[in-house]
Amino acid sequence: MKGSETRPAFVEVQLTELRRDMLRFASLQLRDEHLADDVVQEAMAAALVGEKSFSGGSAMKTWVFAILKNKIVDAIRQRSRTINVSSFSAEEQSMDERFEALFKANAHWAPGSRPNDWGNPEQALHGQQFMTIFEACLKHLPANTARVFMMREFLELDTTEVCSELSITTSNCNVILHRARNGLRHCLEKNWFAAGEQTC
Amino acid sequence: MLTCKEVTHRLSEGQDRQLTMAERMHIRIHLAMCKGCTQYEKQIQFIRKACKGLFDTRGSR
Repeated sequence: MKGSETRPAFVEVQLTELRRDMLRFASLQLRDEHLADDVVQEAMAAALVGEKSFSGGSAMKTWVFAILKNKIVDAIRQRSRTINVSSFSAEEQSMDERFEALFKANAHWAPGSRPNDWGNPEQALHGQQFMTIFEACLKHLPANTARVFMMREFLELDTTEVCSELSITTSNCNVILHRARNGLRHCLEKNWFAAGEQTC
Repeated sequence: MLTCKEVTHRLSEGQDRQLTMAERMHIRIHLAMCKGCTQYEKQIQFIRKACKGLFDTRGSR
């Protein structure tokens, strides 16, 4: 049993790590360092007010991240009038072209483009190296594609909520999510699974 | 019959909404014959797991 008195140094380290994770999370989603910083600050403040005694640990992290997710949704909602998510950039265009090129004229996989067996990729989830690559792949997605994907997968909104927050149609949302998944698939295939780095 | 390209769209949508019984049946029939799409399904399921693992905010309890 641990003593009940808190250890400032230990808590300090935990808070620093937590804050760093929150910043990474918010920046990935918002793609704006300043805004991410503000949102993290707000979430931290709200969490520390809500929680009488900071005990650290995974329960604390879950709780603070839940607050952070709400703050991020608020920030996106406030900006949703100034960003046009359905705008289609050259990057998105080239992602779609790369996807189309995987298929023959009859819309079945072209030889050599069939998705490979990734084996037991779950093993990679425990490795820092894989996570670094995965995060780089997320950063590499075009901003609008990433925004929709991350609202779905990281903020865990359902597509109806994503659509209404961003004022896009369900079918557009589906197209964007499909594009994001294909982009990540391509990125992981190229930089991890085909790179011969799975040394487990 | 669904094409592979169509199957990738339905599989992606399957991550976001409950597919209809008919959609699921068409997909299962296709997957039974198509290695590429079977791998595609596994890969996008893995991508979701990777998203969940990246920040690991759920704790162990």
